[in-house]
Amino acid sequence: MSVQRNRVRQARAVEAAMKLVTGACAAAVMLSAAGLLGYLLVRGLPAMSWSFLTGMPLKDPPGIWPAIVGTFWLTVGTAAFALPVGIAAGIYLSEYAKRGRLTRLIRLSIANMAGVPSIVYGLFGAALFVMLLRFGLSLLSGSLTLACLTLPVIITSTEEALRQVPQDLRQASLALGATRWRTISKVVLPAAAPGIVTGSILGLSRAAGETAPVMFTAVFFLTGLPKSPFDKVMALPYHIYIMATQPVRPQPLVVWGSALVLVAGVSIVNVAAAAWRSRARKKVRW
Amino acid sequence: MVSTAETLARPKCGAFDLTDVSVAYGDEVALSGVDLRIEPASVTALIGPSGCGKSTLLRCLNRMNDELGNVTVSGKIQLDGDDIYARDVDPVELRMRVGQVFQKPNPFPMSIYDNVAYGPRTHGVPKSEMDLLVEDSLRRAALWDEVRGHLKKHAFELSGGQQQRLCIARALATRPEVMLMDEPASALDPISTQQIEDTIAELKSDVTIVIVTHNMQQAARISDRTAFMLRESMERPAFLVEVGDTRTIFTNPSDKRTEAYITGRFG
Repeated sequence: MSVQRNRVRQARAVEAAMKLVTGACAAAVMLSAAGLLGYLLVRGLPAMSWSFLTGMPLKDPPGIWPAIVGTFWLTVGTAAFALPVGIAAGIYLSEYAKRGRLTRLIRLSIANMAGVPSIVYGLFGAALFVMLLRFGLSLLSGSLTLACLTLPVIITSTEEALRQVPQDLRQASLALGATRWRTISKVVLPAAAPGIVTGSILGLSRAAGETAPVMFTAVFFLTGLPKSPFDKVMALPYHIYIMATQPVRPQPLVVWGSALVLVAGVSIVNVAAAAWRSRARKKVRW
Repeated sequence: MVSTAETLARPKCGAFDLTDVSVAYGDEVALSGVDLRIEPASVTALIGPSGCGKSTLLRCLNRMNDELGNVTVSGKIQLDGDDIYARDVDPVELRMRVGQVFQKPNPFPMSIYDNVAYGPRTHGVPKSEMDLLVEDSLRRAALWDEVRGHLKKHAFELSGGQQQRLCIARALATRPEVMLMDEPASALDPISTQQIEDTIAELKSDVTIVIVTHNMQQAARISDRTAFMLRESMERPAFLVEVGDTRTIFTNPSDKRTEAYITGRFG
């Protein structure tokens, strides 16, 4: 009798302890996020001014306009290459691929791609796009390199989102005499769109903040605005890196200001996507 | 006053002839030796305990088994005399002639109108005829009076029973000769079930209906003919025990196993 009571008491203690430990870890995550953002605001806000956002780097006071424009176009370029290929590959894996050696090989490749460090993507991009294909140090080379880096995230999240769509809907469409592609394009993809968009934005946000892959493929410390995809560009992450590691004339205000702009830009896109998603989700529930 | 929708010509009803039909999943034969005639303009109920191949047989009739990948169907299945497994038959065309309603209501995440118009749009019905076709299909599925004026509403705002009638309307919109129903009321409350059964009774003058059901009272209420299927052991495939007029099957079956199942001694 008392053995049993002890056991109950022990179980209750473990229960309380686990709740505390897991809760504390969750709180720690929240605190680090808040600390990071708070510190970023404290250091970066003083830099904010119209001339900082829209001015040129060598002017006094220095601006970061070319870096903002460069990062914008690099992200757009990445999206242009990575979204169609990534979503299409996700569709293939979820809707068409049969279980077999080829599918396993594709999945293995994606897992491997996801594990490659970003600096290696930079080297690969420099060798393939810059040198071999002679795209040079350019927006194009950088976008393609970043697209390779982003592909695994987009493929995986597309596949996941498609798998969430109930099999019933596919069956219903097929039973109405729709082809597989019509079923995918009219029923499955629209239903999976919120999930696909979430994953894509996540992947592109990462790409926008990457330094290593663009270092050898697209960016230059000081350069003007790009006029074509074959121009080199400035980019916010690289600008931060250079300014932070410059021993001669350190400019902490520019570093933190650029960091804040980068994070704010990515956050705005994320929030917009989340808002759109919650509206779309209301129409797609099961 | 005659409604505009009633000017649409009714499609003809289809008849199925199955000869020695067997179905295998991979190496395992799940169902074998089925000979069955499905009469046009009537309701045929497939009954039997779980795992007796009712749904498998149903899915042969619109070749939905094709979608599962490793399924082989052998024997002969004819719809109005045409072999539906012939090499030149496109399952996509077959499924316009043979519609299906599923166990759980599965409307598409779009408006009521777009749900019903989905099939016809797939098959290139011109826009000018669509309103008429949507109205007619909703009328035939006995949903029109509840949704007229709300066709732009999202399908998920309907109740479960309404959703299922929407799915019936959606299937009717391709003007099929045959409608397959796989336990269409099993996920619904009694009142919605009643409405679905009423709809089926209305429909059978236009469309041949094949319905799988676990509910024997339902089979007795709504069907003209009943086919009893059985799988006696996992080592042997399921088969068709007997088929006949529903009244005969329920009052005077010729097979002892049918009688045992009907009277609730197993299953």
